[in-house]
Amino acid sequence: MRIFVALRRRAAASAALASRHGPRAAFAASAHCAARLLLLLLVVLAPLPALAVSSPADMLPDAALEDRARALGKELGCMVCQNQSIEDSEVGLARDLRLIVRERIAAGDSNVQVKSFLQARYGDFVLLRPPFAWSTAILWMTPVVALLFGLSLILAARRRMSAPAAAPLSAEEQARIAELDNQATLKSQDGTRA
Amino acid sequence: MTPLTRRILLSAPFLAVAAGGVGFYTALHRQRTGQYNPRGVPSALIGQAPPDFVLPALENSGVASFGAADLRGLPGPVIVNFWASWCVPCIIEHPQLMRLSRDGIAVFGIAYKDKPEDSLRFIRQHGNPFRRLAKDERGRVAIDWGVYGVPETYLLDRQGLIRWRFAGAITPEVLREDLRPLLLRHA
Repeated sequence: MRIFVALRRRAAASAALASRHGPRAAFAASAHCAARLLLLLLVVLAPLPALAVSSPADMLPDAALEDRARALGKELGCMVCQNQSIEDSEVGLARDLRLIVRERIAAGDSNVQVKSFLQARYGDFVLLRPPFAWSTAILWMTPVVALLFGLSLILAARRRMSAPAAAPLSAEEQARIAELDNQATLKSQDGTRA
Repeated sequence: MTPLTRRILLSAPFLAVAAGGVGFYTALHRQRTGQYNPRGVPSALIGQAPPDFVLPALENSGVASFGAADLRGLPGPVIVNFWASWCVPCIIEHPQLMRLSRDGIAVFGIAYKDKPEDSLRFIRQHGNPFRRLAKDERGRVAIDWGVYGVPETYLLDRQGLIRWRFAGAITPEVLREDLRPLLLRHA
């Protein structure tokens, strides 16, 4: 926080320098400012990769198994903070579940076995990608149903637009139109003459 | 289009909105009384026997521990409550547990991820509603039950099968509207 305040002050100072001592002094000051900003970004962003939630003590010594555990954990939901995986959550229960995943993997369980172990306790909610079942049918089918509904609306609208043209006029009707036309022309001629 | 179809089609949107309104009102009302938790998750163990477990007693609590075997063949339904001294909703629901205990209902407790001395201080300060009290310091037995937070309360019928799970504090409303009827049904 203090660094930000200092940076802002420095930027204000460089603007002041530009007005009083010309652009050169301002440039030097702002270069310094940019260097500081870069340093700040480095300091802030550098620890990000290390922020992965698992503490080293919790990881499996075998890198391949640890990778498997991590990939599997990404598919398992944290029950407390729903929609976050147990690998991304810092909640105590998520850590417990991470440890259980690693224990089961180290004990030789397959991915499917680990998943069904947790599913037996927490139900489908623990799986971030829910399985297809009758209870999840609505969830999976909604996009398809919505798409079909939209398509049927479009088709119905199209059919209405391209409805067959009205039957051609009969000779009698055409004669009547010609007669009306004639009368109209005569009337307008009357009008212009008057 | 007959006048009847026309009338039905015209009133359909209004009926849909009205139904939605009733639904929203009920959800909000039940949320306020603690009977409905939008983040709640149904238990995967409903209709099943609880997992096999053996847990140590909380020393100096004056009541014995219990395991899965102790939940079978009881004369009536039993309530299993996961709690902790560090859990604020546990303080809110505590009077309701005391009331159940006074009414002669078997309330069994499992102290979840709690220091024994803290659990002990909690029941000394607020009273002990638990007929049996175990401690699950690592929280592993709780995971076998599918517990994802405290407090969490399970109702087991006389056959020892899990009939109901409630995640959150047992408020007076939850006790009156949900738990009491269930206790009567499984008595």
